[in-house]
Amino acid sequence: MEKEIIKIAKLSRTFLVGNEEVHALKEISLNVKQGEFVSIMGASGSGKSTLLNILGCLDTATSGEYEIDGISVKKRTKNELSEIRNRKIGFIFQSYNLLPRTNALENVELPLLYNNSFSAKERLERAKEALIAVKLEDRMFHLSNQLSGGQQQRVAIARALVNDPVMLLADEATGNLDTRTSYEIMILFQELHQKGKTIVFVTHEKEISEFTGRTVVLRDGIILRDEKLISKSAIDALADYPNLMKVVS
Amino acid sequence: MKLVNLIKVAFSALLRNKGRAFLTMLGIVIGIASVIAMVSIGQSSSQSVSEQLSTMGSNMILIMPGKQMRGGVSMGVSNSKSLTMDDVTELKAKSHYIESVSPSVSSGGQLVYGTNNHPGNVQGVSPVYLTIRKYELKQGVMFNDDDVRVASKVCIVGKTVTDKLFPDGENPLGKMIRFGNVPFRIIGVLEPKGRNQMGQDQDDIVLAPYTTVQKRILAITHINMIFASAKSEEVSESAATEATQIIRENHELTGTTENDFEVRTQEELLSMMNSVTSMLTILLAAIASISLFVGGIGIMNIMYVTVTERTKEIGLRMAIGAKNRDILLQFLFESIILSLLGGVIGIVLGLLLSYSASTMLGWPFIMSEFAVIGSFLVCAATGVFFGWYPAKRAAQLDPITAIRYE
Ligand SMILES: Nc1ncnc2c1ncn2[C@@H]1O[C@H](COP(=O)(O)OP(=O)(O)OP(=O)(O)O)[C@@H](O)[C@H]1O
Ligand SMILES: [Mg+2]
Repeated sequence: MEKEIIKIAKLSRTFLVGNEEVHALKEISLNVKQGEFVSIMGASGSGKSTLLNILGCLDTATSGEYEIDGISVKKRTKNELSEIRNRKIGFIFQSYNLLPRTNALENVELPLLYNNSFSAKERLERAKEALIAVKLEDRMFHLSNQLSGGQQQRVAIARALVNDPVMLLADEATGNLDTRTSYEIMILFQELHQKGKTIVFVTHEKEISEFTGRTVVLRDGIILRDEKLISKSAIDALADYPNLMKVVS
Repeated sequence: MKLVNLIKVAFSALLRNKGRAFLTMLGIVIGIASVIAMVSIGQSSSQSVSEQLSTMGSNMILIMPGKQMRGGVSMGVSNSKSLTMDDVTELKAKSHYIESVSPSVSSGGQLVYGTNNHPGNVQGVSPVYLTIRKYELKQGVMFNDDDVRVASKVCIVGKTVTDKLFPDGENPLGKMIRFGNVPFRIIGVLEPKGRNQMGQDQDDIVLAPYTTVQKRILAITHINMIFASAKSEEVSESAATEATQIIRENHELTGTTENDFEVRTQEELLSMMNSVTSMLTILLAAIASISLFVGGIGIMNIMYVTVTERTKEIGLRMAIGAKNRDILLQFLFESIILSLLGGVIGIVLGLLLSYSASTMLGWPFIMSEFAVIGSFLVCAATGVFFGWYPAKRAAQLDPITAIRYE
């Protein structure tokens, strides 16, 4: 049997706003196996980001269990959580979050700087490999503001890959991109998935979720549906896209 | 994160915003430069004072008319007529520690030779004045006691006066110059002596027999001052005490009556001046320190702005595994680098400033190691102190809110 990367049991997250309790997640249970490509769907405010933040150890649950790659994150110190984020998790955000006036290579190197076991040479090699994996080998020395949105998101993906994490967590990674570029990014995610990466992908676009192999739908902090499906090929979708345009016009 | 990497990260963050980094540093640069310059210049000036002390000899004693007190009210010094030739004679006759005594009366006015004139001052003294003040003759002779007795219209002049009255390089010796309506024959020219530590030109001088000035110019019988020299430097204090005693007796001051004159040794004058310069130095250094403090606040201010501006970056760094300590140190290093770099530039600038100032004033240049090392430490402390709170704030940001910050 494949290893469980994510094991969540009866996990709740409650925010206190003034005197009122906001139950963003209510006793959620969810397991993700190694190599799965999971999309998390749901209306705005349904708790997607909250769940992803907890999965990424940026936030901690109010109650319930969470194990990542066999390690419980309960009662971890802040520093230990930082270390888990650094070694086991690759984050991808909607707004890329690249450092300004810094080139692609340096941006990708960044997570390795917070890991003392890497020498400067190893960092450079790893960063180059990651950029090659996202097909940006010819943009290594471009500054972040000299790259298009799609390219910036690729750099961000390379940055998430560089520490060889056990899973990639993406929050609306295609949210700022046009359809065509979104497909290109999804092609990349599908490739990474085929190479064995575990990916959890938050989106509110149904179409995007169809490129993943499993969709978890949240509503008001509970899991409404959790279904496996045959994923559509993003390559095909991209190939069809111009035709679609023609039909419309 | 490794320390080297933290420093590199801090450096590259600063380099991303060179203009701002430079402007932030400027406050520290100015602060440190002025501290260094003030301390160095102050030390140079007191050094020059003590150098003069050794060349001038410290056995000169000055006796001036003192404040005349009437019921606790000062009557002023200028119109005081308390000193007379009688005091000079008494000092000569009774003192054991005093070598020579000269009265001094002076009058200001216009010195004229042909079409050249110079606003000057004729000082009436006795022949021993030259030895007391350590003046040397370059040309000619000093007037003698006979000249004093008959109130001869002869004078000795300094270099500044000859330069002004004889600009064509004419030999001044034997020439007649006019002071008011009194003609004087120049019988000697002094070796130049330069400026004293108070910046007075010691060569802007015309010496004449005191009797001449008293009778022919001022028509007075009292004298303005008495210059005396102790037999040696060691006894100058005793000589001063003795002189006070002799003049008190001569003025028939008894018991607790206050002196109507003042006795000052050269040493006292110099130490008085030294204390004035060191007070000035402290004052200026204090003002300079305030500017350093303001520079530090400038750093803190910019660090706060930087932290707010880079909230998203901080959030991202945390998300990819930066510990609170890493964030704290990164921003702390940024402010330390700013202040240390500013400090180094300030030290260099301050030394250059004080070097040129001392050179211009003809003082010895002194590099105060204390000030240099002190400034460096102060800079490091400034960086830590003023960088701490912004850095702490950065480290305490919540990664989730930080990363969504717009
Ligand atoms: N820091 C917080 N403090 C208080 N309430 C919060 C906080 N973060 C989230 N919430 C609440 O939790 C609920 C879930 O929010 P969440 O951000 O997870 O939604 P989402 O599914 O990501 O929505 P969207 O699609 O708009 O991003 C919302 O009702 C939100 O108001
Ligand atoms: Mg969200």
